[in-house]
Amino acid sequence: MSVVEKLRERFGTAILGEEVSCDQISVYVDREVLPEIMRFLHDELDFKHLADLCGVDYLGWKGKRQKKERFEVVYNLYSISRKEPLRIKVSVPEEDPRVPSVTSIWQVANWFERECYDMFGIRFEGHPDLRRLLMPENWPGHPLRKDHPLELEEEWPEYEKLREKARELSRYEWGDRRVRGG
Amino acid sequence: MAPTVEIHRKQIGHPEWDEPFVVNMGPQHPSTHGVLRLFLELDGETIVGCDPRIGYLHRGLEKLSENLTYSQALVLTDRLDYISSAANNTGYCLAVEKLLGLSVPRRARLLRTIVCEMARISSHLLWLATHALDIGAMTVFLYCFRDREWLLDIYEKICGARLTVSYTRIGGVRLDFTPEIVEELYRFTEEFPARITDYETLIDVNRIWLKRTKGVAVVPPEKAINMGLTGPSLRGSGVPYDVRKFKPYDAYDEVEFEVPVGRNGDTYDRYRVRMEEMRQANRIIRQCLDKLPETEGEPVVAEGAPDLLMPEKKKSPQAVPHPKKGFLVKGAEVPVVPEGEVYVSIEAPKGELGYYIVSDGSGKPWRVRVRAPSFVHISAIPEMVKGHMVADIIAVIGTLDVVLGECDR
Amino acid sequence: MGVEKDTVEVAPDVRHIPGTPAFITPLDKLINWARTGSLWPMTFGLACCAIEMMATGASHHDLDRFGIIFRASPRQADVLIVAGTVTKKMAPVVRRVYDQMPEPRYVIAMGSCACSGGVFRTYSTVQGCDEFLPVDVYIPGCPPRPEALMYGLMKLQEKIRQEAGRWGFWR
Repeated sequence: MSVVEKLRERFGTAILGEEVSCDQISVYVDREVLPEIMRFLHDELDFKHLADLCGVDYLGWKGKRQKKERFEVVYNLYSISRKEPLRIKVSVPEEDPRVPSVTSIWQVANWFERECYDMFGIRFEGHPDLRRLLMPENWPGHPLRKDHPLELEEEWPEYEKLREKARELSRYEWGDRRVRGG
Repeated sequence: MAPTVEIHRKQIGHPEWDEPFVVNMGPQHPSTHGVLRLFLELDGETIVGCDPRIGYLHRGLEKLSENLTYSQALVLTDRLDYISSAANNTGYCLAVEKLLGLSVPRRARLLRTIVCEMARISSHLLWLATHALDIGAMTVFLYCFRDREWLLDIYEKICGARLTVSYTRIGGVRLDFTPEIVEELYRFTEEFPARITDYETLIDVNRIWLKRTKGVAVVPPEKAINMGLTGPSLRGSGVPYDVRKFKPYDAYDEVEFEVPVGRNGDTYDRYRVRMEEMRQANRIIRQCLDKLPETEGEPVVAEGAPDLLMPEKKKSPQAVPHPKKGFLVKGAEVPVVPEGEVYVSIEAPKGELGYYIVSDGSGKPWRVRVRAPSFVHISAIPEMVKGHMVADIIAVIGTLDVVLGECDR
Repeated sequence: MGVEKDTVEVAPDVRHIPGTPAFITPLDKLINWARTGSLWPMTFGLACCAIEMMATGASHHDLDRFGIIFRASPRQADVLIVAGTVTKKMAPVVRRVYDQMPEPRYVIAMGSCACSGGVFRTYSTVQGCDEFLPVDVYIPGCPPRPEALMYGLMKLQEKIRQEAGRWGFWR
């Protein structure tokens, strides 16, 4: 019996569908029962290694596969004992971006979820310490969202302050050493 | 709590001593291997809490990849783990090739394996050099860099660059090896095992080295898996998980090698594992070189591999069904990279390096996600240093072999 | 008695007083000579270029022969080698390290990222560290070879040799 069948047998309607791409199976699950499914996968089906957890933003998606919700959170699991990978996906709507945390099952999920929150603004419920990870605390917006520009149209105020200060201090330098615009 | 602190506190009888003392370490610190910042909560000299702050090298690499074509984004992967850039290239190319459904010629696979293992040796040499330097062995640093220069010279002969090689291309490799390179590599593999023995005689039974590494940051195997450790850091705990054996890619199914594992899961075991890995890497290079003459004259890039300047669409070689009407059309335009998604991981020198790529059928990736081993390893630092002394944190950062480039991306 | 008449020129601008162990030279030249002979850079790596910086300092290329020794504290350093990509989160830290260095201080922008942002034209990357640091020498390359770094350091020495009046209590 394959893993997907076992999941269907155990959780029934919480398994929303499956998809095969490049010989890799991904299973869509209901986000409300995600912790139970993950606990089952970890404890009984022996998926001890959470290889990756990331978010994907499907705003303006033009592919053939239909995406109902804007965000997806993708869990790549691996069973070391059976040498078997599995991908679990959760759809997250834009207006209510929250997913139950799996930190209690895998410790490694802690930072993955923090990064996902930082980059996409998806809140992980039950996470012990949901702070920004990569970007500064007061950074406006979430960079990996598709509506965040690649280059900022307006400079980040903190950095602008630093540049102004540097331009001001540049008068006290010896010789012709100046910062750009100073 | 350390007993000395308790005694000291009683003697002083100061109420404020109950507060842990918070020390900032980094981002400018010679032993944090980059721009890692740690907030340490100390009780005397014992660490009671640690909060790593990263992101000081976040360059927006994933976002930038979404705005470039697949071939252009390859160049960015060099800058992830800059010490072993060939392994990063290979992982990315394997992921894109899986999306494309390309099969790589055998010669290219052998060449890739060679450069990957060279990257492993050069990465482990740098790790040994800096780890030993942090703990206080300056000589090892100078010895390791001598041999690393040799490897970088060979890289330079192969592709012209020392560090950021971009040697692997989607569908193969950039150039074939010339006979001089093969000869030089043979000479390297001949001499290198003796060099490893040299390093071992320098520090293997050194009393300071043993004191600083034995019993420091012990990780039990179940916990190591749960914390997401991979690569030598996991194998030091005794779990023989190696992507090269579990999901063989390139030419790793053709070569013989062993996966060294540790017993105690401490810093010293991880050191032993990496030293042994260098010997195995040397062995793999040797075997691949022996196999190279069998594939003489083969192309090094697969047929149908995309150009550097990738067009979005191409003429389909077979007839494809019309999107709306259903009948077969000859010479229709199909996307170069079909829609789909793929997660491919490889055994980079630091650990499992995974690429999760989502394609929407256009010439640019919709999402490139890098599962960086260093990112996970840094998240494990608080667990590993708890209860140790301040000086041990340097040993822990060293033993995890972190690179902030791939951690922050 | 005239300086021209009674002394012998042994090197450009260096004159020997015959019969004594004394030499005469402009103070500028002496100070610049001392500075060029002991440029101590800061051990401050940011990204890829730091690895090449380490390689330059290590056994094969050996910066010590120029009198260049890496110092871990900004208080003891003369040169800040900005080796790698500077992000907006990191920029205040780099600036603070620079502010902590005593005069005379110099800045080398090593690598394309430090010079101009390089390939990383993104939201979080500083487009050249000269936006907030006065840079003396730019070394292009991604990453520059150790030889390029050495060339850059020698260019800086050349620049220091041409300085005049960069000493004294009044700055």
